[in-house]
Amino acid sequence: MREMIISELMQAMQQFTRGFAHILPRIIVLVIVGLVGWIVAYFFRVLLRSILRLVKFDKLSESAGASQLLSKAALPSATELLSRFVFWVAWLGFILLGVSVLGVFGLQEQIARFFLFLPRLFVALLILFVGLLCAGFFSRAALLAAVNASLPSPRLLSVAIRTIIIIFVLSMVFEEVGVAEQTMLVAFGIAFGAVMLGLAIAFGMGGQDLAKRFLEAKFVHGRDDDGKEDELSPL
Amino acid sequence: MTEAKLAEESSLSDDFLGQLISVGEVDILVGVPTHNNAKTIGPIVETIQASLLTFFPRERIAIINADGGSRDGTSGLVVNAAIGDTRSGSKMYALRTLHSISTQYASTPAGGMALRTILAAAELLRAKACVVISPESTQMTTDWLAALLRPIYAEQFDLVLPTYRRHRFDGILLTNLVYPMTRAVYGLRIREPYALEFSFSGRLGSQFLAQNPWLEETARAGSEIQFTLAAIAGGYRICQSFLGAREHVERRSADLVPALRQTVGALFSSLEPNFSLWSPKTGSQPIPTTGAEQEFTLEPLRINRKRLRDMFSTGVAELESVFRAILSAPTLAELQRIAGLDEAHFRYSEELWVKTVYEFAVAYHKSVISQDHIIQALAPLFRGRAFTFLMENRNGSANDVGNNIEGLCLEFERMKPYLLEMWSGRQ
Repeated sequence: MREMIISELMQAMQQFTRGFAHILPRIIVLVIVGLVGWIVAYFFRVLLRSILRLVKFDKLSESAGASQLLSKAALPSATELLSRFVFWVAWLGFILLGVSVLGVFGLQEQIARFFLFLPRLFVALLILFVGLLCAGFFSRAALLAAVNASLPSPRLLSVAIRTIIIIFVLSMVFEEVGVAEQTMLVAFGIAFGAVMLGLAIAFGMGGQDLAKRFLEAKFVHGRDDDGKEDELSPL
Repeated sequence: MTEAKLAEESSLSDDFLGQLISVGEVDILVGVPTHNNAKTIGPIVETIQASLLTFFPRERIAIINADGGSRDGTSGLVVNAAIGDTRSGSKMYALRTLHSISTQYASTPAGGMALRTILAAAELLRAKACVVISPESTQMTTDWLAALLRPIYAEQFDLVLPTYRRHRFDGILLTNLVYPMTRAVYGLRIREPYALEFSFSGRLGSQFLAQNPWLEETARAGSEIQFTLAAIAGGYRICQSFLGAREHVERRSADLVPALRQTVGALFSSLEPNFSLWSPKTGSQPIPTTGAEQEFTLEPLRINRKRLRDMFSTGVAELESVFRAILSAPTLAELQRIAGLDEAHFRYSEELWVKTVYEFAVAYHKSVISQDHIIQALAPLFRGRAFTFLMENRNGSANDVGNNIEGLCLEFERMKPYLLEMWSGRQ
């Protein structure tokens, strides 16, 4: 009986030792890959930060209106945020590569999915940035045009245009990353439809005179006195 | 050079090239850019012909009409304006052939493309002197052409710009921004840097034609002022000729932004490539002028001052986010302060106006936002300055108006170091 217990213990110990001997090099590889990954990711971060500073990415982000959003959310500058993001994605990628060496059942598939998801994430971020850039540009263009044409509530018009573009961009981003695609699509449809219907009703109810004046000024000659600066000629 | 090869190298149509080649060489070329000017073009072309027959009967001359797709028969009127009709009532005879050619450079008007067509034709015809006449100058007299062409033809000047007798509140963008800033920056007292009537030597025309990239943007925005600035930058001989009264043209408020693009946009964009030329210059020099430098008429004009003032205040309030990107904090704060003043106490001072313009120029140079948005954002501020100018000069004599403009010019010159400091980022 005693010998049996000792033998079983020895066997278990040997199995554990064998298992440990089997896993230890993989853990060492994981640590090495993680360390190398950190160095590579850090290098990417520094390189990207330098490039973004060189091309004055912060200025671009500021003109897009992204910087204001970031500062409101107490986040660092766009350059810093993007460099940190690249650092973490790169390092996480290396760590997952290292983890895959461990040979844990089912993990391989998840890691493969992560790497397949990365390009979509980048595209989504690109859509978000370009979208914010467009929203900033078009809302400012609308604001300037409305002020120079003496239209009522120019800021409201500008904010409305900005909001519509951002809603549109966000729905594209969610669709790209595959988060609640159907919900986002329906929500976007409802929100966009509601905004348009609201605008149509508001314009129809409250803007009859404005529409009449606008159409008269546009198509009936001799009725555009409102637009005259009373003979003041700039050139 | 064969006709086919010329057509290959030129932007001109084959038909137009063929007509130019059949003309041969000319001494004087008169360019008339048009677009739907049937109402005014006939008498203008007749005046041009009468002027040429009176003052340049021995010269070989071509009248080139560059049309931007008129649908009212403007081109036909130019070509068919009968020289015989002009001569019939007088004793004027051309000793050489006078050619009239019309070409359509595009289906939509673009001032830059019209000028390019005229320049290309002048180069091809080896014209010694060229003059451009606006199709809206209904008050043009036969003396205009002589006043513009003689300095080129007889005195070897390269660019002759006009001066006019204008209403004191006419061309307010020129008197309050374009003239003072061009003068302060480039150091030359050119009254009408954006001229619709001007003349130039063949060599200046060829130089500008070769230099200018003629991008789409150039075709749209103020090639006339670019031409003047190119002549300054190239060190060409420039003078001014007094032409007489310039008729007041009614404008709408919607015309201001395009006017700003054509003049201020072109002036701002010229600063960067010419930095080494203008940065060391201080003060300004007069340029040779035949006749008066500027005359003002004082007849009353009904001007809606309240509207100008309101558009300024609304602009300052609504465009705050845009101005934050363009203006320095003290300038913006001062603008917000005066925007809150009532009409009786409102004054957009010379110093504040000059600071505003210089800060806009630097923001344009640094492209802090879209350059076109920067130009558009200047419109409401200009209205504020226009309001102050109107108030300060409403009871003034012609001398007072002249002195006020001179005072503003000196302020632009005095504050040029501020522009340079902002430009180099020291402020």
